[in-house]
Amino acid sequence: MPAYDVLIIGAGLAGQRAALAAAKTGATVAILSKVHPVRSHSVAAAGGINAAINPLDDWRSHAYDTIKGSDFLGDQDAIEIMCREAPAEVMWLEHAGVTFHRNEKGEMDLRAFGGASTKRTAYVADITGQALLHVLYEQLMKYHEVIDRFEEWFVTSLIKSDEGECVGAVAREIRSGKMESFSAKSVILASGGAGQCFQPTTNALICTGDGIAQAYQAGAPLMDMEMIQYHPTTLAENGFLITEGARGEGAHLLNSEGERFMEKYAPNKMELASRDVVSRAEQTEILEGRGVGPDKQGIYLDITVVPRKRTLEALREIVNIGKDFAGVDITREPIIIQPGMHYIMGGVKTDINGATPLEGLYAAGEVACVSVHGGNRLGANSLLDTLIFGRRSGEHAAERALAMKMPTVSDDQLGKDREMIAEILARPKTGRRVSEIKHELGTTMNRYAAVYRDEAGLQSAHEIVRRLKEEAKTAYVDDKGAVFNQDVLGAIELDYMLDCSETIVMAALERKESRGAQFRTDFPERNDAEWLKHINVSRNGGDVPTLSYSEVTITDWQPEARTY
Amino acid sequence: MAEFKLKIRRYDPESGAAPYWDEHTVDLEPHRSVLEGILQARNEKDGSIGVRCSCRAAICGSCGVRVNGKPGLACHTHLDDALASAGEDGVIEVEPMGNMPIIKDLIVDMDAVHWKKIQRVTPWLIGKEPVPEREYIVSRESMIDVTQSMACIQCGACVSDCLSMEVDPLFVGPAALAKTYRFVGDPRDAAHEQRLKDLGEDKHGIYDCTHCFKCIEACPKGVAPMNQIMRLRRIAGNDFHIKDRNNGERHEMAFVNNIEKNGILHEADLLPDSYGGKFHPRAVPELIASLPIVVTALLRRKMTPGKALLHPHKAPDGVKRIFEVVEGREERTEFNLYISGTDADNAPNPEVAEAIEAAEPAGVAPDGSEGSSA
Ligand SMILES: Cc1cc2nc3c(=O)[nH]c(=O)nc-3n(C[C@H](O)[C@H](O)[C@H](O)COP(=O)(O)OP(=O)(O)OC[C@H]3O[C@@H](n4cnc5c(N)ncnc54)[C@H](O)[C@@H]3O)c2cc1C
Ligand code: SF4
Ligand code: SF4
Ligand code: FES
Repeated sequence: MPAYDVLIIGAGLAGQRAALAAAKTGATVAILSKVHPVRSHSVAAAGGINAAINPLDDWRSHAYDTIKGSDFLGDQDAIEIMCREAPAEVMWLEHAGVTFHRNEKGEMDLRAFGGASTKRTAYVADITGQALLHVLYEQLMKYHEVIDRFEEWFVTSLIKSDEGECVGAVAREIRSGKMESFSAKSVILASGGAGQCFQPTTNALICTGDGIAQAYQAGAPLMDMEMIQYHPTTLAENGFLITEGARGEGAHLLNSEGERFMEKYAPNKMELASRDVVSRAEQTEILEGRGVGPDKQGIYLDITVVPRKRTLEALREIVNIGKDFAGVDITREPIIIQPGMHYIMGGVKTDINGATPLEGLYAAGEVACVSVHGGNRLGANSLLDTLIFGRRSGEHAAERALAMKMPTVSDDQLGKDREMIAEILARPKTGRRVSEIKHELGTTMNRYAAVYRDEAGLQSAHEIVRRLKEEAKTAYVDDKGAVFNQDVLGAIELDYMLDCSETIVMAALERKESRGAQFRTDFPERNDAEWLKHINVSRNGGDVPTLSYSEVTITDWQPEARTY
Repeated sequence: MAEFKLKIRRYDPESGAAPYWDEHTVDLEPHRSVLEGILQARNEKDGSIGVRCSCRAAICGSCGVRVNGKPGLACHTHLDDALASAGEDGVIEVEPMGNMPIIKDLIVDMDAVHWKKIQRVTPWLIGKEPVPEREYIVSRESMIDVTQSMACIQCGACVSDCLSMEVDPLFVGPAALAKTYRFVGDPRDAAHEQRLKDLGEDKHGIYDCTHCFKCIEACPKGVAPMNQIMRLRRIAGNDFHIKDRNNGERHEMAFVNNIEKNGILHEADLLPDSYGGKFHPRAVPELIASLPIVVTALLRRKMTPGKALLHPHKAPDGVKRIFEVVEGREERTEFNLYISGTDADNAPNPEVAEAIEAAEPAGVAPDGSEGSSA
């Protein structure tokens, strides 16, 4: 059985950063990923990464913007750490080789992003995530002797010891179908978000909430699960993202009357208000009949007001996406967009070092909830979150590991997972197709757990998810082979998505107020007296989740009314 | 909605059977992608179809395949375009990429070829010392410039059909060499000369490319690997006096001079010019060796015997002005995707800008790619 001081599940930005940090302490490190690391979804991040690196800026201003953006649900101790450590982290990335865009003086250039009080976003054209991810992977190749990579290995479960600590994971080598237990002193979950619970979404097909569900199954609590971010500018047709960088460069949002309607909703920040605010404004315009496009479900994003040269240089990916996926030359005409599911603020609850309440288990990146994003994440804060808390959990997990003995790990979980897969392969063709259930789940969530929510809608979503959970038990697969059986992995991912969706809906039902991304039409006001607290969801052994609350950490910034 | 017929190359390593074609009809809007077609077949009919994919948006690099024999990303190929390039039967053929072993269906072993070659080129920055406290101060253009090779998503489409690699499997190849430029073009890297020496002396290195253009055509992100290879050679030769093993640089100069003189490519002069003029003794054996090329060119009517002897073209004013502008520069600047179309905007005086505008056919970026191919 392979054994490591630190085992990292997921090789996006959070996982790779954790691996590099853990290896630096001298710990033995392995990193597993169900896709080749550079295929991880971090690659799609376009806009940039926030850090107060301008000498005239101040990390406190970044922290305040983040707290306000979170609608005061973010934990301020964690936010302070993230914003204070951001400049050094971005410099570390620059030294590692990231080709950050420069200004005329040769220093790093910064662009404007939503919810920020100044230009604070470092970027590489509009391929920032790709540049970061590929440069981190360059570093993994550089340190290949001290970091073992298991590429295209799919983790099916976390392993717990009799004492209830997390001591490893079971994984399947996709290429051969071989199953293996890995033992580890510390395990770091960095397996990304759960966007595929919604249809459409900006998230890639691999974002199926595996880590969130695995931690939940192992008994770790989830937090802020009701907080689902809808991004204001996604392509109406397929949910592809048009980066906020476009608005950062000055693009306008227009309704069917040609009006820059953000004047009504956020007179100061206009298009660059927080994402929840802009998405709601758009949805309101659409609901009131001022949408554009064939079914009037869209809004115009007008990038032609940005100088063409600048667009070609700094928004090239978006030019291509417009051309290739919508048939529009965005440098010459507006493009139709709408709010679309983009990011999950919630996740596995951790402290400021990435440690979860489950001993031995750490989490970082989109799978985790520290919580730095609270009710609403600011653009370009997520890449930062993955790196800062990826690094911190790498360091702390290694430190913990170096002070202890390798646990003895049994193959019980391996046996159970082998049986689980055998059971899926043996299902008769009488059930529903996996893809069918997945589609019903996605459209349900997008209908009832979206920008506007209410009790009745969330109740029906809950009922549907419970039914789909039953149906998933008999969903059959066509592929019975061992080599690259993506079909059976799809069935396992479906279970993960259903667990995530159930916890999202239950938390959304529970929070009877409107805060950040959660807008309840039946409770349209923020209610600090009752709801300035996190909702935690855990499985606690039963089939139905149990809910509890935890405090929001407030340091210097008292909640105040939120206007942009 | 429209119906499209997809023929997918299947291979199941566990069955012991040979690869076979598997046909499916899918119903999708014509501007949807071939990947969406494959996924519809997989979701609705046969869950065992193997294809790597994730982002659906040409950024993760998972879905490299061959569509109607041409390498590219399945998610970046519209169904209607694929239909247009399909055979007479109107069936779109999807196969795994070439030059790499097949694992299953459309899935190839990239580790065995592609990633091994990437690892070969010391693919990480060797930062200049001392490392500054803040960022390295470097020119704006230099960072935009390397961003073109940074834009590589490691999809392997260029590797799939690289001609040199077919002949010499040890050739480092287009993607890995484009990655090399990402460091050699990066002013923060301290090992430009070592990198170029290493890959110049390796006979499977920078001089092993035959300029077949296939990688430029295949690349979905406009990385133009061949251009990056040419730039590596130029820097190797001009800045570090590294010997060119294959005469590539002189060939390139011949191209440039030929166009300056004639306005368009005058192919009859090209080969002899590459070897120092028609009557240079070195030119004779080479000319004889390349006779089949000249003959084919004649057959394809690219060249008439008359044209080959006379010089019917004079360089038009626009072309001359391009040369004046480019050669009048103090520093060598290289055309680049991210800087494309902006030369006119950058021009110091309106007259030069006008000259550039006039000389540049609309929609064509100076690097020759049509605006953007990505
Ligand atoms: C289109 C788009 C644009 C964005 N733009 C920005 C931006 O400009 N700025 C910003 O700050 N944020 C942006 N974000 C958000 C940000 O990109 C993500 O939140 C962040 O990259 C998540 O990183 P991660 O490391 O947590 O996870 P990911 O990058 O998603 O990586 C997850 C990893 O886990 C692995 N994994 C998952 N499940 C398993 C399993 N069962 N077994 C083994 N491995 C597994 C995967 O293979 C992968 O390696 C954007 C998001 C999207 C969708
Ligand atoms: S131009 Fe060179 S590198 Fe590119 S495909 Fe042809 S031989 Fe290969
Ligand atoms: S150079 Fe282009 S074709 Fe080759 S791997 Fe990179 S992105 Fe793919
Ligand atoms: S699916 Fe990501 S590149 Fe095609």
